[in-house]
Amino acid sequence: MRVGLMSVQDRIIRIIADQAMIEPSDVAVTDTMEDLGIDSMALVECIFALEEEFDIDVPFNANEPGKSDFDISSVTSVIAGVERMIAEQKT
Amino acid sequence: MKRVVITGAGTVNALGLNVPDTLTAMAEGRCGISQLSFRDVERLSIQIGAQVHDFDETAHFNRQQLSLYDRFTQFTLIAAREALAQAGLEFSGELAARSGVVLGNSGGGMTTLDENYRTVYEDGKNRVHPFVVPKLMNNAAASHVSMEFNLKGPSFTVSTACASSNHAMSQAFQMVHGGLAPVMITGGSESMLCFGGVKAWEGLRVMSKDACRPFSANRNGMVQGEGAGVFVFEELEHAKARRAEILAEVVGFAMTSDASDIVMPSKNGAARAISGALADAKLNPEDVGYINAHGTGTAANDKTECAAVADVFGAHADKLMMSSTKSMHGHCIGGTGAIELLACIMAVRDGVIAPTIGYEEPDPECALDVVPNVAREARVDVALSNAFAFGGLNAVLALRRV
Repeated sequence: MRVGLMSVQDRIIRIIADQAMIEPSDVAVTDTMEDLGIDSMALVECIFALEEEFDIDVPFNANEPGKSDFDISSVTSVIAGVERMIAEQKT
Repeated sequence: MKRVVITGAGTVNALGLNVPDTLTAMAEGRCGISQLSFRDVERLSIQIGAQVHDFDETAHFNRQQLSLYDRFTQFTLIAAREALAQAGLEFSGELAARSGVVLGNSGGGMTTLDENYRTVYEDGKNRVHPFVVPKLMNNAAASHVSMEFNLKGPSFTVSTACASSNHAMSQAFQMVHGGLAPVMITGGSESMLCFGGVKAWEGLRVMSKDACRPFSANRNGMVQGEGAGVFVFEELEHAKARRAEILAEVVGFAMTSDASDIVMPSKNGAARAISGALADAKLNPEDVGYINAHGTGTAANDKTECAAVADVFGAHADKLMMSSTKSMHGHCIGGTGAIELLACIMAVRDGVIAPTIGYEEPDPECALDVVPNVAREARVDVALSNAFAFGGLNAVLALRRV
């Protein structure tokens, strides 16, 4: 599949799957990062990959992951966060 | 005091990706120096180095590991795997709790630094990969060795430029000798062969554009190399109890400081380190059959080193052999002493003296037997390894045949 034709959701899932070292088809949107075996190091790498992929700046401090504006509690919330940032960037 | 023996050795360098290949290359007097190959190399005035070319990191590490391992860490881990496989040691319980890793390194993750500076300065990007810091820190290699092999005792990195590995191995020796640790993993590594790394060295105007010819009257400078050497230093009784194969005994060391100049070597500082190592090992000068020289191929080092050896050994200086294997594997900076210890092991264990290749014209100021161009067979009981660093920091180790 060419990247240009993938939806934002598919591209995010591909990045998350890559970090979790599993197939994208094995990622459920309801999964949490913990469910996927993504530890704090992998999470930081994941956020870097999202920033690179979508040219966004994700406000995330690894010291206070819960206090970020960016909700990383599940794949769904990550998708919503990225989509919101892409939309904000366009305005 | 405990006696200390070497029960495992591993390496990656331009002569070979393991110890047997490296020793064969040294015995054949093969040169590992070639045209450098990396991004922007055409902007360098120095185009040669002992670069490790046929190295596929993906054959050894997965993607997650590679995101954390700079090239100097990769070399270290591969060398450590070889050394520990040879030693046949696994670490658990009390042995794991007391054993550690002391490695030498000078530049840290130079390639990582170079690539990421490019990203932010040249490419103008404002974001770098999150693992830049844990990848480039000088202690990364020692830490990853401790993690991979479950070594929970004293571990750290020693940074004394070109003497880093010898200082590290001296520390490891001291820990086993003094009974602090039953086993220490030690040696060192370096990987500075990237645009920024070589560009910095160019500035000093001490690099040769064509070859490394230590002790030869027409020598014109050093040639950089890269790689790692890792050893298992083990307490003798511990090694005997498990019937480990012993490669050589480490019998002593000395460290001195010139306290004079940041780059120029001092005969006195070098001589004090050599005679100090003999005294520490309770050896007479006549016991020494081979010295692996620091032998960088610069005008200053080689004549100063020869003068220091002549001072310490007197008439015996004309009987012993001294070669510089940097002529083959290049100057591997913080890892060089570890790679050079392999030549000392080959001398005392196999009776094969690695040559100084590239030797073309005698220099009256370097009038010792430098084993020119061709390896030699000789029975050697004791070998010394010299390292004299920028900053005037010297460390010499003594090995004995077992």
